[in-house]
Amino acid sequence: MRELKEHYDIIVVGGGPAGLAAAVQAYDQGVKDVLIVERKDKLGGILNQCIHTGFGVQIFGEDLSGPEYADHYVQMAAERKIPVLCGATVLSINQDQSIVISGSGCGVKRITCKALVLSMGCRERSRGAVNIPGSRPSGIFTAGLAQRYINLEGYKMGKDVVILGSGDIGLIMARRLTLEGIHVRMVCELEPFTNGLTRNLVQCLEDFDIPLRLSHTVTMIHGKERLTGVTISRVDENKNPIPGTEELVPCDTLLLSVGLIPENELTLRAGIKIDPVTGGPLVNEHMQTSLPWVFACGNVVHVHDLVDYVTMESCRAATAAVTYIQGELPRFREEIPTEGADAVRYVVPQVITAGDDVEGDLTLYFRVKKPVTNAIIEVSCGDWVFYRSKKLKMIPGEMEQVLIKAELRDTFDAIYQENQTKGMLTVPDVFQLDKQRKGIVDTKLTVSVRSEDDR
Amino acid sequence: MITGTYDVVVVGGGVIGAFIARELTKFKLSVCVLEAKADVGMGASGANSGIVHGGFDPEPGTQKARFNVEGCQMMRKVTSDLDVPFEMIGSMVVAHNMEEKEILKKLLKQGKENGVKSLQLLDSWELGGLEPSLGPNLKGALLSSESGVVCPYELTQAAMENAIHNGAELFLSSPVTSIERQEDLTYVVHAGEHHLQARAVVNAAGIYSDKVYEMGMEAAVGDEIIEAHQESFHIVPRSGEYMLLDKSEGMTVCHVVFRIPSEMSKGIIVTPTVDGNLLLGPSLNPRADREDTSTTIPGMEQVKEGARRLVPEINLPAVIKAYTGLRATTDRANHDFIVGRTPIKGFYNAAGIESPGLTSSPAIGQYLAEIIAADLEAKLNPDFDPKRKHLRFRDLSFEEQQELVEKDPSYGRIICRCETITEGEVRDAIRRPCGARSVDGVKRRTRTGMGRCQGGFCSSHVVDILAEELGIDPTEVVQSTPGSYILTEQTKMKGEE
Repeated sequence: MRELKEHYDIIVVGGGPAGLAAAVQAYDQGVKDVLIVERKDKLGGILNQCIHTGFGVQIFGEDLSGPEYADHYVQMAAERKIPVLCGATVLSINQDQSIVISGSGCGVKRITCKALVLSMGCRERSRGAVNIPGSRPSGIFTAGLAQRYINLEGYKMGKDVVILGSGDIGLIMARRLTLEGIHVRMVCELEPFTNGLTRNLVQCLEDFDIPLRLSHTVTMIHGKERLTGVTISRVDENKNPIPGTEELVPCDTLLLSVGLIPENELTLRAGIKIDPVTGGPLVNEHMQTSLPWVFACGNVVHVHDLVDYVTMESCRAATAAVTYIQGELPRFREEIPTEGADAVRYVVPQVITAGDDVEGDLTLYFRVKKPVTNAIIEVSCGDWVFYRSKKLKMIPGEMEQVLIKAELRDTFDAIYQENQTKGMLTVPDVFQLDKQRKGIVDTKLTVSVRSEDDR
Repeated sequence: MITGTYDVVVVGGGVIGAFIARELTKFKLSVCVLEAKADVGMGASGANSGIVHGGFDPEPGTQKARFNVEGCQMMRKVTSDLDVPFEMIGSMVVAHNMEEKEILKKLLKQGKENGVKSLQLLDSWELGGLEPSLGPNLKGALLSSESGVVCPYELTQAAMENAIHNGAELFLSSPVTSIERQEDLTYVVHAGEHHLQARAVVNAAGIYSDKVYEMGMEAAVGDEIIEAHQESFHIVPRSGEYMLLDKSEGMTVCHVVFRIPSEMSKGIIVTPTVDGNLLLGPSLNPRADREDTSTTIPGMEQVKEGARRLVPEINLPAVIKAYTGLRATTDRANHDFIVGRTPIKGFYNAAGIESPGLTSSPAIGQYLAEIIAADLEAKLNPDFDPKRKHLRFRDLSFEEQQELVEKDPSYGRIICRCETITEGEVRDAIRRPCGARSVDGVKRRTRTGMGRCQGGFCSSHVVDILAEELGIDPTEVVQSTPGSYILTEQTKMKGEE
């Protein structure tokens, strides 16, 4: 890139799908002074190692591979001549609207900006987090690391594999390893259902006759130097291993696909508030964090199922960042928290702005905790249910959304205003969601999912 | 066939062996350390609580009491010389009922007798103010302000690096198989390809210190034989399992928190680590296999249960790692350390070192080096340099970071995101004396892979750098021990599309 400046209007942290879309969108919305900071030597993020297809159906109307999808946006950024700083890591986000970066090419520098967009993506849960007893041999990898070795580095990491967790990467790696000539013995899943997309279950396991063991987990690791096997056990409805169901499965490799967590080391250090459920920063519908000049989008906020939705969310974040710079985005004020009820695990955004100047449709994104058949989705405010829809089947692996039309939102807003004028509601710190004061009616937007079968 | 001749051969490259070696280099003595494993500090030194104990717990008059108190007093100077982080956060024993509160008074008296300074009884109100997360029903605590936390494997590496810097030699992957005595009463220590002649042998073999003592007995001559047998001992290994929690939990408590100690152990503790994580453990169970450092469900349950008793609201889902250390407990009645001369002339013990071994290590090293130097009539080494430096990028100021990266751009490239570790630090960890030879070796020296992702992002970079620095193929890079390979075969060349 050209000489690194000391200031950019918008800095985007991360050059994966979220960051690329955000930078392009910010440019197209009129802020030309954008910088992308990427820690790897190449743009595209995790898409570069996702050489399978399944990307872009929503946005491009075609089934692309990860690198192809990324390339579309890399091209768009290049056409706009958006400067990209690769091989540089952001060390800190500072209160004076600056960031400190470090790279072997650029050295250690402080750069200021008017708005910052966080798009660092997510990382995989590790073995310790799932607490498998046993020895500590080599041969235990997260599925994403194995994917990196196979697809990018060109190395095999074993001959005989057990995969724990039926998340999408686990399923995709089951197929990928098989194609590479590695024996995949089975995929074990703690839950009685899979965590991945249905299409991956069919295309990656069923098509290759790879056994899926639901309600099973790895209960012991064996091997002194390299892994020699794992003990798997059936679990009861409380996910506790059932004694007597142990089975020794010889293998030299264990892949873990036990979930993804937004990567927010940097966010936390900046004092930005984090939603304990999503693991990402709390955001409003503009993808604005508790630090008003900092926006966030993509898997750093919550783990998405499809990259297309990451792109869409990032465009919204970038548009809001542009509006913010132009002074048109309301700064912080009283806002309305959202919450999930019944089978809903989380809702993003966690807060929405209210007031006369707020307009437009509102989309709420959420995931369910467990599979729900004949689901009734409701959005309510207190007793008032103002949105209802039905869905045949909902699964945790898929991200759901509801669209609240502008007119409905106006009504909702009116309730909020009314509550406020009556002096019934004050939410001084919008992010203190747990703060419930006596005598104050909480205006909350509740998304609930129940099964019709339960009635 | 002798492959080397030294004044002193130290058997064992744990924290005890490392400090003995370092302290011996303060004298004009040639020193060699033999370590069975592929890296230093792979036994109990690498898997313990990392606590610098005040010294009120050991029974007065024991070696444990003596070396604990001395070691604790030495720790600040030693860690500053060796550039090892040491946080004097203080420790407290808490009482859950009035009976236990009485025991606190006994511990205070015992501590004073042992010569521990800065001990103080806290009432429940004071305790609640200092440690609000400990729950409401506590009756009081004994606070030891000079206690703290240190990284045990870094302390081991640092002491060994400094010993090597001052002329000591280290042979890794060299388990000692037998010890012979020559006619002139010097020893020959056999360890794989090494056959080292020595005037003195120090047994700091940790969990194997009884086996090494037996080898020493084989070398005994004349009157030594009977006496040596009278002093023989056995190690009865006991496992201690630990759970490490994410840094998000590091502020759960601000002191090292113990329950009332029992005869066998100090019980499950909850403590911040020097790196800001929260550590729980250890469990306490006999374990027959000296090589078995696996974690177990009952062991982890013990740890969880013990931790919940201290901190009712502890966030156990934040666990990022579990591991087991094996304590070298002796079969002697009071489980005291066995440190000093033995009936076998020129053969010294630093055996049966369990807790508070880490705290005691500098004192044990100093004590043994002094008696060995006296016995061998060695003079002081005027060139001894006590300092060792460890560059930590993330602890530098903005300006220092800028300057460093300008000088060496590899310090600008972040390898480990969770812990902010740079390529420069990884290379340095491999190049320095007693350098890393495995992914875990790099991890223990730099903290790459010790964060939340536990190496998911950085380990492939570390493999690449190790391969490059050691001049080997990535498929030859190991996780820790020989045989713990990571990659099996290359399927395509770099750059091939």
